[in-house]
Amino acid sequence: MDTSITLTVDGRRHDVVVDTRTTLLDALRERLAVTSAKKGCDHGQCGSCTVLLEGRRHLTCLTLAVAHDGDEIVTAAGVSALEGGAGDDAPTSLHPLQEAFLAHDGLQCGYCTPGQVCSAIGMLDEAKQGHPSHVTDDLEESVDPADLDDDEVRERMSGNLCRCGAYGGIVDAIREVAGGAPREGQPDRPAQPEREAAR
Amino acid sequence: MTTRLVGQKVPRVEDQRFLRGGGKYVDDVLVGATTLHAAVLRSPHAHARVVEIDVEDVLDVEGVHLVWTYEDLADAAVMPATMAEPLPLLIPHPALTHGRTQYALAKDEVNYVGEAVAFVVASDRYVAEDALARIRVTYDFLPPVVGVDAARAATNLVHDDVPGNVGARLEQTVGDAPAAIAAAPHRLALDLTVERSACMPLEGRGTVARWDPDSGRLTMWTSTQTASGVRAAVAVKLGLDLGQVDVLTPDTGGGFGVKINHPWPEELLVPMAAKVLGRPVKFTEDRREHFISSAHERGQVQHVEVGFDDDGRLLGLDVEFWHDHGAYTPYGLIVPIITSTQLLGPYKPGAYRVVFESLYTNTVMVTPYRGAGRPQGVYAMERTMDAIAAYLGKDRTEVRAVNFIQPDEFPYDHQMVFQDGRPLVYDSGDYPQSLEKIKALVGWDEFTAVRDAARAEGRTVGIGLACYVEGTGVGPYEGAHVHVETSGKVKVATGLTTQGQGHATVFAQLVADELGCRFEDVEVVTGDTRRMPYSVGTFASRAAVMSGSAIHLAAKRAKEKALRIAADALEADEGDLEIVDGIVSVRGAPGSSISLGTVAVLSNPLRYAFDEASKAATQFTVGDPGRPPVAEDDEPGLEGKDFYSPERSTFASGMHAVIVETDPETCEIRILKYAVVHDCGHLLNPMIVEGQVHGGVAQGIGGALYERMEYDESGQLLNASFMDFLMPYVTEVPDGIDIDHLETPSPLNPLGIKGAGEAGVIPSAAVFASAIEDAEGFPITAMPISPSDLFALRQQHAAGASGAPDPSRPSDPSDQEDR
Repeated sequence: MDTSITLTVDGRRHDVVVDTRTTLLDALRERLAVTSAKKGCDHGQCGSCTVLLEGRRHLTCLTLAVAHDGDEIVTAAGVSALEGGAGDDAPTSLHPLQEAFLAHDGLQCGYCTPGQVCSAIGMLDEAKQGHPSHVTDDLEESVDPADLDDDEVRERMSGNLCRCGAYGGIVDAIREVAGGAPREGQPDRPAQPEREAAR
Repeated sequence: MTTRLVGQKVPRVEDQRFLRGGGKYVDDVLVGATTLHAAVLRSPHAHARVVEIDVEDVLDVEGVHLVWTYEDLADAAVMPATMAEPLPLLIPHPALTHGRTQYALAKDEVNYVGEAVAFVVASDRYVAEDALARIRVTYDFLPPVVGVDAARAATNLVHDDVPGNVGARLEQTVGDAPAAIAAAPHRLALDLTVERSACMPLEGRGTVARWDPDSGRLTMWTSTQTASGVRAAVAVKLGLDLGQVDVLTPDTGGGFGVKINHPWPEELLVPMAAKVLGRPVKFTEDRREHFISSAHERGQVQHVEVGFDDDGRLLGLDVEFWHDHGAYTPYGLIVPIITSTQLLGPYKPGAYRVVFESLYTNTVMVTPYRGAGRPQGVYAMERTMDAIAAYLGKDRTEVRAVNFIQPDEFPYDHQMVFQDGRPLVYDSGDYPQSLEKIKALVGWDEFTAVRDAARAEGRTVGIGLACYVEGTGVGPYEGAHVHVETSGKVKVATGLTTQGQGHATVFAQLVADELGCRFEDVEVVTGDTRRMPYSVGTFASRAAVMSGSAIHLAAKRAKEKALRIAADALEADEGDLEIVDGIVSVRGAPGSSISLGTVAVLSNPLRYAFDEASKAATQFTVGDPGRPPVAEDDEPGLEGKDFYSPERSTFASGMHAVIVETDPETCEIRILKYAVVHDCGHLLNPMIVEGQVHGGVAQGIGGALYERMEYDESGQLLNASFMDFLMPYVTEVPDGIDIDHLETPSPLNPLGIKGAGEAGVIPSAAVFASAIEDAEGFPITAMPISPSDLFALRQQHAAGASGAPDPSRPSDPSDQEDR
């Protein structure tokens, strides 16, 4: 069964007719030729297809396109136009988070990278809004992105696989943009002893 | 002079594109309604005869364009006869007496869950999958053979005509190992196992093909580690001339070995369908297909016997192992040959005998995964070193040190044949210095204090060490073409493909340094047979060594030509010229200069001017009327082309050490420190090398602690998803990996380099086994090791302490015989 929907992707509005069983990822890639979201598993297990959907990070392989009629989607190709980005979507301009990935060598083959970028931007925004994570010690205390330690960053990015194993650079890049102290200057895993004791 | 770029941490030029999602992977090519989509019906059974395939119900599904079974491949009216033959056995070896390969679509029999049975092309993948569900296949079940033990027992056979399920048996000997062991003061025997894992690139396999009937040419994009290999195979199988086939591999979303296999069934079916239908056809596998129908690696059972003196010096080493190669052997014996040779690591084994059997099972085939047999070999040798140290009560580093090949013993000839058919001769290395470095880096000598302090807190920690030597830069050759355009831009092509190694950056560094052009002006193309048809592929940590050397040589040729033309133009002596930032000038006379772009104009005598610059090369402007415009021994154009073909491989080396903590209750294994000393000769781009090491270590952690292929007894892969096959996320990789480099140059290539791509993963199973054994106090003989495995071992050894026999403890083989 076909139905007509409207999606705004990286600032461009698209009216498209899709089979109702089409996933949002397939609608983007196959129907709109937006290939900046990648398909790694199609089962919500690798994070490569992550985009910002209505401002929140979201897997596009596990949701149907028809459920997002009228929604606004930003992919890695469009994040530089976001607040905090360079403000435009020229093919050469990068969001500060993307710049940091480049500086810290947070990628190799680049396949998971668009998902990592969107996930990291979404994650920092969640932290800014005070969302705790599974490893947040004090749920009452407000969260500040700058205070996210390695464990927090890792936990919050634990939905994105990178088989090339560029994780060290990814964590460094995110911490730099979050505004916290860089990893190098820190004692080994500062948050761990407390949690060990708590267990 | 500008700074040399080689050796610098130059940021990667490909990253901007990748960061914006602009990577062009195969599924990103030819997107649109004109492209048709393929899907493959795969065997749900591990072993069965195909009695009948009924496709009747598919033919009238709206949107279905084509359905093929083996019968169609054998139809001479549609197909070249070659399509009905088995897929190529890519690497024949005299010992592979019973090599078998599958058909593009199963003929009569299926031998693993996932084997291709039927092929459908439809308007989109959804329709294609709907169509698959309507195909009815009648199977006659046969008993499946799963695992090394079942293969060895040979109660059932995978292939009727392969007795004992033995595809190959290969023995290599140096001296008389059994006699040396019998005569040795001390002897030990170990039984070891390593489970299956797999490469699991995040981009699976994919192929798109377009046939142009007007020019009679096939263009194919495929996610491969060898574009030239696919091209040759497709041409032969489709009955086309090589010149009719172009294969392009744009960006690849990881390979790690699996994509060196070619042609996959789909790499023949897709272009054939595109030719028949006259429409572009695309196949992109899903994740489950990648799990069950691409390839795995690692699974081996090993038996080691060793004789040694009071210092732990090896006198004789006798290794027997059984290698599970799955249902077919397209990649020959490469993996077990590498295990059997690279097992030797940095050591002199005394007398050595190694024999392996490569066995058929009803599981997906086994072909190289990053490390390619080395992780298993290193595991066998390093477990043996640890066992000797434990037996003699010596420090594990001392036992290793007495066995090292010394720096003044290179080139060191092991008197064996390596995977490339060439002598196993190490070119260079400095193992004693590596050992000193790794001990310092991990804090080996201070660890007793760390252990005591941990114990006092009720914590259990252990330290492990593993050493390896890796043959890299395997032949036969790679080539490169460097072309300076009249704009001054430099176009570089090499044939092998790129899966994230930053080739566009490193190769541009080499060209900028050698030619003297600006780094920004260099553009590198890999994996495009139109640009460089002669190539081998990306595997065995060979890209930097092989293509890097070829590019260096090609750039040198381009530079020689540029200097010759510029010397004429500037009326100067070649020896007085230098090229900096793309400008050729007379040293000390900066006013007298000419750009590389202008040199390129002059290199190509013209009749027709096409712009202002080209006027300088037209017939009334340049040239000596008394000589031909292009000299007899010259060619037009400012280009350099060269090939690099070394006599043999170059051997990189390294050592890893890890400190782990094992949880007393949950048996969780936590990494407290991971240290790497790595020697790949001169570093071209340390940032990229470190990235490769980090990535390898991450995969190694997965392979040692989490990843295994869980086949049940009927040959079903139970964990064919990322939820169940546990690859490391960011949460499983340690905070920091301490890396120290040693740069022992290779004498075999002009850059003094060795490969670096696989190193990080090679010693993982060995180093974790060593550390966990150290923490727990009982032998670790099976990897990977999960918390559940460790829990079972603890229980077993607690029982063993109260008198039960301990099957996993290394034993004196003569004792064993007495029992």
